[in-house]
Amino acid sequence: MQGLAHQLIAGIATGGIYASVALALVMIYQSTHHLNFAQGEMATFSTYIALTLIQAGLPYWVAFAATLVISFGIGVFTERILLRPMHNASVLANVGVFIGLLLVFRNAMGWMFEYTIKSFPSPFESDTPLLGGLVSGHELGSTAVTLVVLGLVFVFFRYTKLGLAMRAAAFNASSSKLVGIRVGWMLALGWGLAATIGAIAGMMIAPVVFLEPNMMLGILLYAFAGALLGGIDNPGGAVIGGFAVGVIENLGGAYLVGTELKLTLALVIIICVLLVKPSGLFGRVVQSRV
Amino acid sequence: MSTSQQPIGGTLGTEVVPVAPGVNLLRAAIILLAFAMAAAVPIAFASSYQLFQLTLAGTYAIAILGLNIVTGFNGQISLGHGAFYAVGAYTTAILMTHFDMPYWETLPIAAVVCGVLGFGVGFPALRLGGLYLALTTFSLAVAVPQILKYRGVEDWTGGVQGTFLVKPDAPEFTGLNNDQYLYLFVLTLAALLFLMMANLLHSRIGRAMRSIRDHPTAAEAMGMDIARIKTRTFALSAGITGLAGALSAIAVEYVAPDSFNVELSINLFVGMVVGGVGSIVGPIFGGLFIVFLPNVAESVSRAAPGVIYGVILIFFLYLLPQGFAGFPRRIAALFRKRRQD
Repeated sequence: MQGLAHQLIAGIATGGIYASVALALVMIYQSTHHLNFAQGEMATFSTYIALTLIQAGLPYWVAFAATLVISFGIGVFTERILLRPMHNASVLANVGVFIGLLLVFRNAMGWMFEYTIKSFPSPFESDTPLLGGLVSGHELGSTAVTLVVLGLVFVFFRYTKLGLAMRAAAFNASSSKLVGIRVGWMLALGWGLAATIGAIAGMMIAPVVFLEPNMMLGILLYAFAGALLGGIDNPGGAVIGGFAVGVIENLGGAYLVGTELKLTLALVIIICVLLVKPSGLFGRVVQSRV
Repeated sequence: MSTSQQPIGGTLGTEVVPVAPGVNLLRAAIILLAFAMAAAVPIAFASSYQLFQLTLAGTYAIAILGLNIVTGFNGQISLGHGAFYAVGAYTTAILMTHFDMPYWETLPIAAVVCGVLGFGVGFPALRLGGLYLALTTFSLAVAVPQILKYRGVEDWTGGVQGTFLVKPDAPEFTGLNNDQYLYLFVLTLAALLFLMMANLLHSRIGRAMRSIRDHPTAAEAMGMDIARIKTRTFALSAGITGLAGALSAIAVEYVAPDSFNVELSINLFVGMVVGGVGSIVGPIFGGLFIVFLPNVAESVSRAAPGVIYGVILIFFLYLLPQGFAGFPRRIAALFRKRRQD
């Protein structure tokens, strides 16, 4: 029982990371109908920036904040420079640009920071086991951070004028333009936010899995699975899907398939969702007319 | 028989224009001459390592041909064709080492295995269209090395260490050494596959594929079962890429999980874009590109090929979306413009 409870809690902790990345993916998908295959690599890149800042002597939370600002900038910059000219291009061209971004980020990291595995500090280290040894300080802390982030994102989109404008731009670009919303900038803001959320996810998972250029590849896969499971056009659903995938992954890894086939589990989840309920648990069913 | 499909013919990107018989003869002569050159020149002048590289480029060209059929001609984006390349390679390795099959007998089996796998993976995603195939195949490519390392199948696959196989000996009557023979074998097979696919793509089925790429709604309205055509196209494409993987296993004489990681799939994708999406000769350039670019770039840094790949990919998408294969047409268009001025 103790083991099961521990796996559940660990699943929720990693699920929070998947939920964040899934949310970042869905935010961009909603407004552009493209999946950012480079999302994971961008997050890893941000984590390297954080490590560089910490090694330069900055306190953890200062480096944390600075990384968020820099990541936001990278996200906005990427949208404005690279994706903007592709706005009306084919799906293939867009996917190609994402793959190009993935290649550039991944190999630039290898170039700048070397391929060796690095450890990343956690601000929540505690020697005393919490809740009778059920949960580590980092698990608790990172789950709290993730929940705060998700809460902030919800409040931002639900209760601020800018959030409303961004939702409007994603929902109906041409009508939004008519009421004076700068749709192009809303897209860039969305990219910035997605990059920021990804950076937080990267910094929270790095102490657990160690930092290397490949770090987010598997996590991106789980985030895809989570987003699909929850419904790829529903941010709330994607978050719930992310947590669910985290729990499924941990329980499945512990009791069913072992750690060796964890990535395959994500693939199986994706295929099952596509076979059984392609719109996901909370997604809108899209119907096309012929 | 194609009168019912004429109306949408106008929207297709590369519709075949009927040509005079003389032009066809000329084209056949050019193809034959190119094949003879590609066969004779390397055998006469290339070192055995260069021959090996060209052989590898041939297998990549076949793999990219497979990818181009589904992505270039049918418009369904696959980011995971490296997975089929891997399964083809492992099928051949297992059949040759565990069942003592001759190398050529394993090739059709590898193609069929990958075709069936492609059907299985493509079926759930292709019913839906959109980005679902890209997402599923990307996940497949990421998961494949892990599956190949899995301890439950270690007896067959060789686990993390991989499996060695033996390069086939050249038949004595040819008087070639093994590297030369294998190069000729791959080249001939590639030429046959390219001809077969060119014919297929110019047939009724090829027109159906392209109409689904250009206007799925219109295609469906004309009575095509688009999910079925897409799934079968994907299976065919996976089979061809699997065959390429099988050839690569024979050429490299070794298979290991980490040589089939997600970067292989991405390289095939880059090769397709650089060679020319939706072009039949494009994959040849693509195959040469992904073999020989790293040689040039690796002298800069270990990470350099990846960065350069990424930059070149984005560069082509922006400025040369038709890839290398589009060069002649671009130059011709330039000249025509000059003459009009």
